[in-house]
Amino acid sequence: MTEALKNTTSAHTATAIPESRNPILLEVKDLKKHFPIQKGFLVTRFVGHVKAVDGVSFFIREQETLGLVGESGCGKTTTGRLILRAYEPTAGEIWFNDRKMGRVNVPDLDKRQLKLLRQNMQMIFQDPYSSLNPRMTLLQIVGEPLLVNGVAKGGELQDRVAELLRVVGLRPEYMTRYPHAFSGGQRQRIGVARALALNPQLVVCDEPVSALDVSIQAQTLNLLQDLQEQFGLTYLFVSHDLSVVEHISDRVAVMYVGKLVEAAATEALFQRPLHPYTEALLSAVPKPDPRLRTEPIVLQGDVADPANPPSGCYFHPRCQYAIDRCSTEGPELRELEPEHFVSCHRAEELRLMGVLGRVTP
Amino acid sequence: MNNNRERLVEIKNLQTYFFLDEGTVRAVDGVDFNIHRGETLGVVGESGCGKSVTARSILNIVPKPGKTVGGEILYHRKVKGVEQTIDLTKLAPQSSEMRNIRGAEIAMVFQEPMTSLSPVHTIGNQICEAIRLHQGLDQAAARELAIDMLALVGMPLPNRTIDQYAHQLSGGMRQRAMIAMALSCHPSLLIADEPTTALDVTTEAQILKLMRQLQDELGMAIMYITHNLGVIAQMTENVVVMYMGKVVEQADVDTLFYDPQHPYTRALLQSIPRLGQKTARRGAGQRRLASIRGMVPDPYALPKGCSFHPRCSQMIAGECDQIEPQMIEVAPGHKVRCLACTGV
Repeated sequence: MTEALKNTTSAHTATAIPESRNPILLEVKDLKKHFPIQKGFLVTRFVGHVKAVDGVSFFIREQETLGLVGESGCGKTTTGRLILRAYEPTAGEIWFNDRKMGRVNVPDLDKRQLKLLRQNMQMIFQDPYSSLNPRMTLLQIVGEPLLVNGVAKGGELQDRVAELLRVVGLRPEYMTRYPHAFSGGQRQRIGVARALALNPQLVVCDEPVSALDVSIQAQTLNLLQDLQEQFGLTYLFVSHDLSVVEHISDRVAVMYVGKLVEAAATEALFQRPLHPYTEALLSAVPKPDPRLRTEPIVLQGDVADPANPPSGCYFHPRCQYAIDRCSTEGPELRELEPEHFVSCHRAEELRLMGVLGRVTP
Repeated sequence: MNNNRERLVEIKNLQTYFFLDEGTVRAVDGVDFNIHRGETLGVVGESGCGKSVTARSILNIVPKPGKTVGGEILYHRKVKGVEQTIDLTKLAPQSSEMRNIRGAEIAMVFQEPMTSLSPVHTIGNQICEAIRLHQGLDQAAARELAIDMLALVGMPLPNRTIDQYAHQLSGGMRQRAMIAMALSCHPSLLIADEPTTALDVTTEAQILKLMRQLQDELGMAIMYITHNLGVIAQMTENVVVMYMGKVVEQADVDTLFYDPQHPYTRALLQSIPRLGQKTARRGAGQRRLASIRGMVPDPYALPKGCSFHPRCSQMIAGECDQIEPQMIEVAPGHKVRCLACTGV
């Protein structure tokens, strides 16, 4: 088994760069969101900030899937919401190539423009139980975006909703039913139909399969991939599940305590991670193979507190490769290899373990 | 399955039903399996398959309107060197005998540590309560033991943590406190119901490593309930696969992953994305996952015959939809409940 693994590893040492280079759809530059911490009951005062997102930069090409991974509290969901301006960013730029308005910076848009923008940017939520209004029928839920934006009404609306339900694999007859009549997987399909109603360019998927059972998860992932092909969608896929992210993403970005630590093409990142945190994450995933009982890299301690992060590199207290410099100087995100970004002082010298074992240069 | 080892718990034809206004849900419907001393048994299945209800039946804490209506759970205990066999289903949930076993000899770790720890008592209070109740130690001795237990599960600063409340701890630390509490009376069986599902992967790795270490040190049996096949592969020796209240396949972990027989087990194994798979084939090849068609049937109206037949790719018309399959031992220790693959 290990012999076979070694052979495959040595044959694939070159980092694969995708040949197709679609134009960039979304570019995020130095995005920040600091939530104030309030204290006091009658007289509130601010005692600090939670730096949920602290200087994140990345881009997504058209019709591509960017996986955004990290542990709870790392700011991945906040990043997704900032892009749609569900939260107001504290600082930074979000450049989006809108179908109608052209290239716009999302934080600069006024209310009217924002409404136009959100026709082309949609979201799928994690929990299919709380993200659907229990008092609305499927026709109302899926039809609402069409109605609000004046795209369709009356009989035409019904036809469009029926079509959307068919696209996501639900029977159009269900249109008059309420969400409680559906299982978790079916509800997630309803959420997908709602997101697709206005034919968006970008869909932010926030842990869309985390709440689903294994067999339903596979169905939903297949559906998302089919829809991407059919409608030329671009996904920002936020998830903590590395196996799912590897499966669905073209490129992957890894976050740790509000910062982006590594971003690269999926195979490059999984085969040859350059950041010690990525290495630890990959090794921590329990492999579904009893003959591969590996001893994972067990990180000491807990994730740093984003309200009170450590000095220097936020990961240094848990990093087995940390040197003195790591505790004093925060590393910058830099492009070490073409399209492979990493923020680690020691990225050049470290030889880290990927999913196929250690790669010898 | 290893028959040389002593049996600790024998579950025979267990039936736990929920009596609701809409009808009767047969959450556990004829489950048979054994847990041996010191082994790690994995129980895997999707939500609603009855894996948690089986665990709660062992502890006699099935919530109302649920009730164990049939079968036996034989627990082989050793009291001062004398062997005793007790049928746990015959004990009343509140009886003193059941309460002596629950928490002391059979302990449980739950999925969500925030909801299963009391928010108004300190961690120390909760661990000491179990110790004083089951071991009859005084306050000071119990506190000392609680600190030792917290240290054993790798809690940083156990002297300080013992006086903290659940909300002051992180998810991983709460789960460590839960495990410390469960292990404080040295149970012979630890039931872990999705203990790492709510945790992040790096925390999960910490807890899994801890549970393995503690099992080596304390030698208890673990019944590990999860839907995560990765955790099953890494942690367990023997595995029970459940679907709609029934055990559909049972084997040692290697056989289950390398020679699965039941179509449901096979489909489950094929439907998970595996880390490294896409990277190994350099992104080429099939992009789609094999998925199980349809969905889990309505528990009020289970299909006739094999309850998996509407979703099964090997369904034999006229047989699978009529005859309920029996559990057949296809190889020593490998049991399967399927007409199509056993022919019986």
